[in-house]
Amino acid sequence: MLEHYLNLAIKAMFVENMVLVFFLGMCSILAVSRKVETAFGLGIAVVFVETLTVPLNNLLLNYLLVEGALNWLHPGFTDVDLTFLSFIVYISTIAASVQIVEMVLDRYFPALHMSLGVFLPLIAVNCAILGGSLFMGERNYNFAESMVFGFGAGVGFLLAIVGLAAIRERMAYSNPPAGLRGLGITFVTVGLMSIGFMMFSGIQL
Amino acid sequence: MAWFSKREWRAMADPVFDNNPIMLQMLGICSALAVTTKMDKALVLGISVIAVAGLASLTVSLIRKYTPHSIRIIVQLAIISSLVIVVDQVLKAYLYEISLELSVFVGLIITNCLILGRTEGFAMQNPPWISFIDGIGNGLGYAVLLLMVGFVRELLGSGRVFGYPVFAAVNDGGWYVPAGMFLLAPAAFFIIAAIIWALRVWKPEQQEKD
Repeated sequence: MLEHYLNLAIKAMFVENMVLVFFLGMCSILAVSRKVETAFGLGIAVVFVETLTVPLNNLLLNYLLVEGALNWLHPGFTDVDLTFLSFIVYISTIAASVQIVEMVLDRYFPALHMSLGVFLPLIAVNCAILGGSLFMGERNYNFAESMVFGFGAGVGFLLAIVGLAAIRERMAYSNPPAGLRGLGITFVTVGLMSIGFMMFSGIQL
Repeated sequence: MAWFSKREWRAMADPVFDNNPIMLQMLGICSALAVTTKMDKALVLGISVIAVAGLASLTVSLIRKYTPHSIRIIVQLAIISSLVIVVDQVLKAYLYEISLELSVFVGLIITNCLILGRTEGFAMQNPPWISFIDGIGNGLGYAVLLLMVGFVRELLGSGRVFGYPVFAAVNDGGWYVPAGMFLLAPAAFFIIAAIIWALRVWKPEQQEKD
């Protein structure tokens, strides 16, 4: 059983890395990968929010939206299927939990809020966060699986963004062709990292 | 163009040719690249984005005077996700096969920075008709880039364009050995880098100074 969860986490972190295999969260990766410190801050915030929202959305999906989920309310609702509403439910959960996390951090952990605060509003519209919930729905994960998957996907994002930021810091001393400077060479770097991560494909525990 | 005034025509054409939002700022590239292994997927996603971008800009602009400033992002997200739900249902009804292949990437149109960027940056300050055209134009610019990447990847990766064999592949008795690399994730990044490079050599004012 433990093996199954470990396998799922490894898969979400390395084999199916959100950024390098599914291209999710590229906007924030490109914008916030100039310095390792800020990249690490954003990465931690993503791990946190993803571990929170994927299981939350899993509960909402299984107890409100899928066919027959509303049975507890009234037996007449057995064949009500609200899964088409899942997109709007997911994005509302994400936006709301980001807001709540921000308020809680501000009130009880001001130091943490100082370092993560600027990234939290960015995260509400981060593709990697919504992508996590959408993959959870598509692959029919149960509650425990969705927790592991959310955490793994977040760590995968953290690895990718910190790695890219570290490479970009070093690359400040290099001299690429004028047209490739900045965005262009960053895409080449991400491509090479993506090749590196392909090495993990097919790994099973 | 008799139908459009000059300003409206520019709002539509600028983002496609001169000021393409994904080529210059790489906005909304997140959901774009995984679907470009085949051109038909890229085309369907491109059309979906055009529809959502246009209608979202129109709706946001229509209610811009009644939207309280503090909750405007949530309002925009709600409008965009409702439109994406409609698009998803339409795809499931009429193009079921392709909607299965697109899987989560239809849903990810919601978090496409491009659409939220246009509703927040343009539609909140401008009247409905021009906002609608601006949304369509930006969606078109996005679709053009998707199709460009899709063309290179499908042609070199499997020797086909829209599923029709152009280079006869070795497996079907032809001469072309498909470069499978182009169907994998890294190729998309390299193609984008090449496009950026070409664009910035052509237009040196876009180059970054750092």
